[in-house]
This record gives sequence, structure tokens and C-alpha cells, in this order.
Amino acid sequence: MEFEAVVIGSSAGGIKALSSVLSALPSNFPLPIIIVQHLHPQSDSYLAKILESKSQLKVKQADEKESIIDGMVYIAPPNYHLLIEDDRSFSLSIEGPVNFARPSVDVLFETAIYGYRDKIIAIILTGANHDGGIGVKKIKQSGGYIIVQTPESAEADAMPKAAIAATNVDKILPLEQIGPFLLQLVNSSVKKRFGKYDRHKISKFSRP
Amino acid sequence: MDDIDTQNIELQLLLQAIYLKYGYDFRNYAKASIKRRVQHRLSKDGLESISAMQNKVLYDVAFFETLLLDLSINVTEMFRDPKFYLELRKVIIPHLKKYPFLKIWHAGCSSGEEVYSMAIILKEEGLYDRTQIYATDMNEVVLKQAKDGIFNISRLKQYTANYQKAGGQESFSDYYTAHYDHAVMSKSLKENILFSDHNLATDGVFGEMNLIMCRNVLIYFNRDLQNRVLSLFSDSLPNDGVLCLGSKESIRFSAFSDSFEDIVREEKIYRKIKTKLT
Repeated sequence: MEFEAVVIGSSAGGIKALSSVLSALPSNFPLPIIIVQHLHPQSDSYLAKILESKSQLKVKQADEKESIIDGMVYIAPPNYHLLIEDDRSFSLSIEGPVNFARPSVDVLFETAIYGYRDKIIAIILTGANHDGGIGVKKIKQSGGYIIVQTPESAEADAMPKAAIAATNVDKILPLEQIGPFLLQLVNSSVKKRFGKYDRHKISKFSRP
Repeated sequence: MDDIDTQNIELQLLLQAIYLKYGYDFRNYAKASIKRRVQHRLSKDGLESISAMQNKVLYDVAFFETLLLDLSINVTEMFRDPKFYLELRKVIIPHLKKYPFLKIWHAGCSSGEEVYSMAIILKEEGLYDRTQIYATDMNEVVLKQAKDGIFNISRLKQYTANYQKAGGQESFSDYYTAHYDHAVMSKSLKENILFSDHNLATDGVFGEMNLIMCRNVLIYFNRDLQNRVLSLFSDSLPNDGVLCLGSKESIRFSAFSDSFEDIVREEKIYRKIKTKLT
């Protein structure tokens, strides 16, 4: 399995959880990480600053029409839905709240499939509502990989529970193991990519 | 080619069918949001595919009207982004006071909440009586709501809070009359507002304006359509005319970045400037 993007949804208690996941990743992490964290509609861009201070990666608020770059961390702006287009750029929308949330995890996850198809790792962290359930189900159906924080390790367990109930998730992990596991998963996918390339080369050249 | 590629073809055909049959042009809208809403309508109505939906759109006008409401996003609120309205009051109103007569175009006004917000500020600043507001939208259903000026009372609490954060000093309840579960906006706010049908994707310029408001409309368009609309705005504004976009919209990366300069950068308030002839 090769992956090309990581999407994360979190709500109540999410800032601490996101900090934990991001702090485990090195500055050369090869994929873009796109995050919906539920926030107060009138909060400003402080979340990007907090997360950047906790991480070796560059973190910014996603802009309308911005092209997604590998290795960057993007945060949905407060009071807007964040969507991913076919060409792997962002769109914003103020259509009504989904699951009482804007930005909504479901909206990001459903549209991530348009840009990244089956090459997605989706992560659900702590949260007090059911947002993300439909999104993980669709990503799983499209062939993506789902990681959920164990409800016991979550500050609020409704969101992880909803995700686990929605689909057959691939991995359920305590918070502190999610970052290291993500890194390992991505690294092994990169290795496999090269492995496959080698095999392909061998079979091509060994053909009579 | 996989299922997603096939669905993209179906979506393109659906939008083409809507345009040919009804004249509404969604072909240059940002695709992700449209596609998501089409998919939700699909599963809600138990339709088999986007192609099946296309068939229904062509032969069932009532279904098309439902879909049209799905596709045109009509979510708004009074004094949305209070900081914007605060800057409007502080920075733009003094500038507008020098004109003997004002024309304001609110493009993509939806159900009118922001039009009434503007009307309230103009009243309080003593400008309303010399202003003509043109409020336009492509969707006649929401335009009628805007004209009626009737809003759900459950939202008034938030609007009052927004109004105060936006620098409002009066009693907000003076601007509406409450009837059971709804609030009717005061007639005096409506006198100088002309509501009319206008589609930014297909219609042209209709007059010279001193200020254009178009907030959270461009985010739904692709670059080509954004440039078309900005060209309409540029043609409708004289030098020194004011353009207000949504907080997350920018003119900076468009084909018209040289035709405007920042007045309040953070709130996306721009001034039309003379462009050098090349």
C-alpha cells in the first residue's frame, strides 16, 4: 500500500492530541497532513501557531485554491468547511454546519477521496460528537487506511467510538502510539514502493 | 479509468444538461462541493447514479428545483464576521460620506441577512436616505426570502451579539418586529433596496457603483469564473470605488490584482485604482 495524504479529525481535547501526534513526526515527513479541528467560529489562526511550536513540520491555515504540498501540515480555518479538489488543491465553503460542526471532519474526509482516492490515511482523535463517522466509512470503502485513538485514551470518547462503529477500522491505538505508528506505516509504504519498483525491474530484465 | 473517473464524467454531463435545459451555469464552479452535494442528493433520493439523476433533471422540473437549492449555497447570517462590519463602519463609511448619492451592489445576496446588516449601518451613519442598494442573486427562491425580510427568531440572539461586536450602539430589536417564531425586518430598512435576479456566471454589468459587496461567493467558483466576476466588478467600479470580499477570499492571485489596492487588508476591503495603460 502506498499513501499520499494524511487526514485527521479531532474535536474536544484535540489540540493536545494533535500536538502529541505531530511531535512524533520528523521534519522530512513525506506526506501532506490535513486537519479539521473543531474550533469556536470566531477564533483566529492561533491553532497553526501552537501546533507549529510543537512540531518539526511547517503548519499553516489552508487557503482557498491553495495547492497541497507534501510535508506540509494544513489546518481548516475556523467557521469554514475545508474541501479537497480533484487537482489536490483546497476549496472553502460556508455551507451549513455538518454534524453541528463547521469545519466538519466528514466534509474533509469525503472530499479527500476526490483528490487522493485510495491513497489516504485517515485518523480520528478525541472528540465529543459523531463527526467523522461517515467520512471514515467512505475512505475505508475507497480503499484507504483508518487509525482511531482508543476511546479510553481520549479526553472525549464519542468521536473515536462513532468512527469504530461506522466501519471496520484498521488500527485502534492509544494516543502516544499514533504518531510513531503513522511514521512507521508511511516509511514502510515508501520502502514497499521501492521494493515493487525493484521487482518490476527484475521481472522486466529477466524476461526471456 | 476507475469509478471516480467515471463519476467525474457523469458530473460534467449533469452540469452541462442543467445549463442547456435551464440556463443555470455551474460548469465553472469548484467541483468538490458540487460533487459532494450531488452525491448526498443521490443517496437521499435513492438514485442509482449521477446519470440517472441527469435523466430526472431533464424531465422533472420539480426535482431540478430541489437540486438547484442543493447546489446554490444559501447560508448566511447578519453581521457575519463582525470585525468586517466594524471596519466598514470605521474606515469605509467616512469615505462614502463625501458622495451626495450612493449606489451599492450586493452581489450574491442570498436570503438577504447581510443586505439588512448594511442597511442598518447606513441608517445609523445617516447615509441610508441617499443610498440605492441593489441586492442580487441567481436564485429566485432565496431572493423572495430576502425581499420579505423574514428570519427565524432562533437566530436573532446571535445576530444581536454580532451587531454589538460590529460596533452597533442602538437597540437591535428596534429593527424588527417579532411574530411567534419569526422576525420581520423593519419596512424602513427595505425602502431603498431593490432586489433583483442576476447570475454572476452568465449576466453582465448593470451600472456604476460606489461599493460592491460580494462575500463568500467567489469561494465556490473556479479561477476562470472568479476572473469573470472580478472583471464585472472592475467594470462596475470607478476609480476609488470599494470592493468587499469574504474574509478568506483574495484578489491577490487573480487577473485583477493590479486593478485594486488594499484598504483593510485583513478584512479583504479593496479600492479600485487607475491601471497603467501598457
